[in-house]
Amino acid sequence: MNTANPRDFLATTDARVLEASHPSSDYLDVPASRPLKLDSGRQLAPYRIAYKTYGTLNADKSNTILIEHALTMDQYVASPHPVTGKPGWWEAMVGPGKPIDTDRFFVICPNVLGGCMGSTGPASSNPETGKPWGLDFPVITIGDMVEAQVPLLDHLGIDQLFCVIGGSMGGMQVLAWAARHKKRVFTAVPIATAAWHSSQNIAFHEVGRQAVMADPNWCGGRYLELGKEPRNGLAVARMAAHITYLSEEALHRKFGRSLQEISTKSFSFNADFQVESYLRHQGSTFVDRFDANSYLYITRAIDYFDLRAEHGDVLANAFKGTRTRFCVVSFTSDWLYPTRESREIVQALNAVAANVSFVEIESDKGHDAFLLEEPELFATIRGFLNAAAQKRGLKPARRG
Amino acid sequence: MLAPNLQRPHRVDHLVIAEMVERGSRALDVGCGDGALLQLLSDTKDVDGRGIEVSRERVNACVARGLSVIQGDADRDLVDYPDDAFDYAILSLTIQATLQPKAVLEQLLRIGRHAIVSFPNFGHWQVRGRLLLTGRMPVTDNLPEAWFESPNVHLCTIKDFADLCQVVDARVERAVAFNAWGSQLGTWLPLTVHNLMGEKAVFMLTRKWASLSPRNADLSANTINGASP
Repeated sequence: MNTANPRDFLATTDARVLEASHPSSDYLDVPASRPLKLDSGRQLAPYRIAYKTYGTLNADKSNTILIEHALTMDQYVASPHPVTGKPGWWEAMVGPGKPIDTDRFFVICPNVLGGCMGSTGPASSNPETGKPWGLDFPVITIGDMVEAQVPLLDHLGIDQLFCVIGGSMGGMQVLAWAARHKKRVFTAVPIATAAWHSSQNIAFHEVGRQAVMADPNWCGGRYLELGKEPRNGLAVARMAAHITYLSEEALHRKFGRSLQEISTKSFSFNADFQVESYLRHQGSTFVDRFDANSYLYITRAIDYFDLRAEHGDVLANAFKGTRTRFCVVSFTSDWLYPTRESREIVQALNAVAANVSFVEIESDKGHDAFLLEEPELFATIRGFLNAAAQKRGLKPARRG
Repeated sequence: MLAPNLQRPHRVDHLVIAEMVERGSRALDVGCGDGALLQLLSDTKDVDGRGIEVSRERVNACVARGLSVIQGDADRDLVDYPDDAFDYAILSLTIQATLQPKAVLEQLLRIGRHAIVSFPNFGHWQVRGRLLLTGRMPVTDNLPEAWFESPNVHLCTIKDFADLCQVVDARVERAVAFNAWGSQLGTWLPLTVHNLMGEKAVFMLTRKWASLSPRNADLSANTINGASP
């Protein structure tokens, strides 16, 4: 038995639990001698960062693109997910010949600290007790996520990133990288994001967390040791959040008031409407691949993000002295991180005369647009990266 | 590789602006359109250029071509920049379309060590002729839109602009006018002749005032020197 791959014998849930402690991807164990000083004042050591890489690092190590993932994503940006088997979450953007061209760039995508796909988080085991961390895991911030990735770059011998790019929470990490490690970031591409999380967005997150915690199977966060799972609570959290990722227009276009496989109303609380059935599906597939406590910790980290407050209530101070080239992107129908929040970032960058491009992309797909086929987004990213690569002296990809 | 207008000839005002700016300098092109001037400055003078453009489609096309451009508006967004952020703040054929030309010009003088402004001359003989002969708002090759469709809400003559430069306390370093065939008028000609024969003009200005207006001083203190934690 010991020689067999345990994954072969496990159901999806168990595969997910296994990924938290034994990731299929590469990982770096940061030793106890290099503790992570958290914004909360606590320390974390040792800890692990799981990551995927694509492409080849060039001789002078100048072609790295760090991709930062959003709330429920992971390091499998351009390869199949080990639990669900689904394609990478940004395959339209990342790959050979794609805007983030892996024939030209060396791409790193780490799982965030607090995540559940192999980086240390509430689902990994606490070295002191041997049991899953659960709620004993320290509350973390976006800044902590960024600092946790620094040893990974050091380990790979990368001094300066050619680019840090990400959408949503990934965009927050991009901004934190650019603010905290100015010299290590040549270009930064924050997409569909904000320099602080709005009150409305905190409110949505709180609904999600309360749904998880109201599930009796959450067991005060100790469900993993007790062999239980707050599936219903996490599914409701996902359903509520999923609505915020779409737009009214996109929902209407996709579903309207269409009924699900029935010709008349059932006069019950079954999922009569297609939109109900769609949301239930989103909820149930999500719990197969995500840990409920990770969801609590990561949403909390996003809530705490406020780059302006961290810099004396003047966002421009976060970027003082920056030489990074920025490309800020927003979408017209994104009401979770609306264009005006991207514009605040642009204004702050202008106030320090930073090199910034800003593009608002017309789309009716809501916040999720950054993950989807958006030709204008691809053209923007491709053009921006190519021009910056030329400045950085990177050769075009050789094909064939 | 990135040249947008390889086939189209360069605009005469762009060529004279490219000649005015120093090699390797920093420039902001306000109302940069399709980025033709930024590209020309980058190609011929190795200028570190930025652009502001109001049209979203044009901005996206510029960024996809590798130019640093933001979507924005001269009337609203220039206040965000610190003093002397650029060597040159350029407004080419745009000032006549701004809501507050005086405020915009003052901002240009504040954020650039030099301001370069080009504009269509409403004192040109063709414009005067059309108004005189037809009694209607002039429509010319240079100003082709009817009054009800024109974005040009603040047209002026070369003399008007020279007056505005005095009002905002700017020193005229260079002024060039072009006739309808794109030739520069001799600088020895009197202003009245420029104002009659020039179809377009390009002015390079610097501010005479050294200190900042209180409002801007406040703003820049607020955005640049605010307390760090």
